[in-house]
Amino acid sequence: MVSYLIRRFAFLVITLVLASIVLFVLLRLLPGDPANALLSVGATKEQIAAAREHVGENLPLVAQFFRWFGQLARLDLGTSYISGLPVGPEIVQRLVVTVPLTLMAFVLAVIIAVPVGFVAAYKSHRWYGILLSAISQLGIAVPVFWIGVLLVTLFALTLKVLPAGGFPQDDWADPGAALQSLALPVVTVALVMSASVTRYVRSAVLDVLDSDYLRSSRALGAGFAEAMWRHGLRNASVPVISILGIELATTFLGAVVVESVFALPGLGSMLLTSIAQHDYPDIQGVLFVSTFVVLVVGFLADFVQRLVDPRLRASVNGNRFASGRRRAARA
Amino acid sequence: MKKKLGLATGVALVAALALAACSGTSTSPTKPVSATINIGSVYEPQNLDNTAGGGQGVTEALNGNVYEGLFRLTDSGKVQNLLASSYTKSSDGLTYTFTLRSGVTFHSGDKLTSKDVKYSIDKVTAADSQSARKSSLTVIKSIDTPDDATVVVHLSSRSISLPYNLSYVWIIDHSAKNLKTSEDGTGPYELGTWKHGSSLSLDRSSKYWGTPAKNAGVVFHYYSDATALNNALLTNAVDVVTSEQSPDALTQFTGNASYKVTDGKSTTKLLLAFNDKVAPFDKVEVRKAITSAIDNKKLLASIWGKYGTLIGSMVPPTDPWYENLTKVNPYDVTLAKKELAEAGYAKGFTFTLDTPNYDPHPAAAQIIKSDLAKVGITVKINIITPDTWYSKVYQAHDFEATMQEHVNDRDVVFYGNPDFYWGYDNPKVTAWVKEAEEAQTTAGQTALLKKVNTQIADDAASDWLYLYPQIVVASSKLSGYPVNGLNSQFYAYDIVKK
Repeated sequence: MVSYLIRRFAFLVITLVLASIVLFVLLRLLPGDPANALLSVGATKEQIAAAREHVGENLPLVAQFFRWFGQLARLDLGTSYISGLPVGPEIVQRLVVTVPLTLMAFVLAVIIAVPVGFVAAYKSHRWYGILLSAISQLGIAVPVFWIGVLLVTLFALTLKVLPAGGFPQDDWADPGAALQSLALPVVTVALVMSASVTRYVRSAVLDVLDSDYLRSSRALGAGFAEAMWRHGLRNASVPVISILGIELATTFLGAVVVESVFALPGLGSMLLTSIAQHDYPDIQGVLFVSTFVVLVVGFLADFVQRLVDPRLRASVNGNRFASGRRRAARA
Repeated sequence: MKKKLGLATGVALVAALALAACSGTSTSPTKPVSATINIGSVYEPQNLDNTAGGGQGVTEALNGNVYEGLFRLTDSGKVQNLLASSYTKSSDGLTYTFTLRSGVTFHSGDKLTSKDVKYSIDKVTAADSQSARKSSLTVIKSIDTPDDATVVVHLSSRSISLPYNLSYVWIIDHSAKNLKTSEDGTGPYELGTWKHGSSLSLDRSSKYWGTPAKNAGVVFHYYSDATALNNALLTNAVDVVTSEQSPDALTQFTGNASYKVTDGKSTTKLLLAFNDKVAPFDKVEVRKAITSAIDNKKLLASIWGKYGTLIGSMVPPTDPWYENLTKVNPYDVTLAKKELAEAGYAKGFTFTLDTPNYDPHPAAAQIIKSDLAKVGITVKINIITPDTWYSKVYQAHDFEATMQEHVNDRDVVFYGNPDFYWGYDNPKVTAWVKEAEEAQTTAGQTALLKKVNTQIADDAASDWLYLYPQIVVASSKLSGYPVNGLNSQFYAYDIVKK
């Protein structure tokens, strides 16, 4: 396990270094001039030149890269060209919104999707099994902003029980107010996420229901619930966990639409604004942190899968299973 | 089983919403009003320094609220003394002597002196300044500070607009640091917290030299989505929207006793700007023909309904030299065809219209395209980002025609600059703009700029499609807010909530 963790950590560091290079190069390939966001109609040629100097566009690309990479090595994400704010603390401020939003939506989505997906599979020939399956299919097709608008209309504008958008100025100083602000965005993201997770749960459970081992377990006298609990769910959870990892990572950055609908100052809206302004330090910072988060979530999903599925431990981590069997044979 | 599962799912969903809602809601209309005013806007400052590309948002939030100038531009467009208690002008008009108001302190506690005024003006004219007013202040040759209360400004040529231009120069403590993210002004409010991407709060200053603000403070809440902004107003999360951007949404507020909709005066013009240096737009007849072929009245109505104004040239009604010039190039398809024939384009031509990708430009471009098709002109709409517009159109002048909103007041003088992006070059106009600035009296200046305005309309230098409305929507409990918002300023100190 220790060597596995070391390998994964080395992989993480190498990926981050490569990501920093790719990010830097790709951003520079985008058309546009970061100096423009500072300029207004009426600016003179002298002002345009001064703005380009301010954003460092007068330096050679290699020099710009090493300046950024040097900062990264010191765990400093630099300072925004436009706002003059340090990028690192600004990202932390955005994560205060985006991380709770993503995690709560994720948990809620799992709470919805697992039972619904299970019923949709277990009762796949009954009308309600088919209905649940159809609803989840529909859920995938519905745009997230539309669900957001519907929820705002119902809970904020009509019933007036929840805010239509925004986030408290003092963040989580009043947890009740912060939770209120996140309620509708969380449900919006969770509903969309649960639709796709339901599909995967349903398909995984269908596979298990069809499996020989479940039939054998039942034949050996186990009741359905016991067979399902001991063999079925564990096997069904393996593909679902990897999908959950991907969903969590996608939601983390994909929250941008819901952040716009609900006027939330999250990481997605920071990325959107900084891209529009070509604010390279901000864009690089957000994408770098996102890459880090996605890699960590991938690692966690992988780790949990290994805990659940002994075959993975065996295949990656030497012949523990084989040696275990040898020990058993000797005994 | 099925019932339990269905129930569990339902309960999870309802519980999440109920839990969040159970502690009551800050947006409930029954909540007691407080003395803090919540202002909704789509213009977040890019940073807090108006000489470093702070943008329209920094003017809205800080101008007159946190920072003050020697002069103030009132909501009705008049220039009043503010930090200058008085001033004199030498007989040759080349020297201005300003006497500073006594007893003024900065928020840091430092006393206002002439040194701060010199520092602040120098900051606007400095080499790295991004101030939009920089070019109009290059006329300043030197600044003397004979004593703490006196500032003497020497000019290289007469500048009748100097007090007006100085109303845009924020007086900043010369020892202030980090002005992109903090402040040290003399205004009725001090900066509270700026939460980038979300809100900016201002607290009433206890050190203010003048009449204190009538509210305890204001919070500007920023929205990137116009619907989210309107929802915030509908749920009382904000008390007032500084500038309504979504005409369709207005029906929610008009005819509702809880809200007041004000149709104020704006200075924002939507232009169809030709590149006057390239064919066929180098021909006056072609530009006039296009102006006459587009039904601006229909265009305005389709975008803003009953709001907005047709002005026929560059000058908005709040500028002293305004005249209604809509009759110079009237909507007349027959006339347009005749003018095209005279210019040698009886069969029309094709051109590319570089159109910014945000509202209302794409919709307006479609209307222009269909109107011009009626006189045989084919429009190729090229949708571009603001960034591309700035590089391609503004800097490289690489375009045939474009659309752009020009927000400033008194900006007809741009037509006196032959190097400006639209390439209009009429030596008479250039001379009049220069003479107007050097005029002895405001009457003389006004007369000359009226000539400029008429001449550019005669030449159809651009097609001034319409003047935007300035619509402020507020809770009917609110009073004392500015309704015109010239140049995006929004003085908050008189706002009170019942």
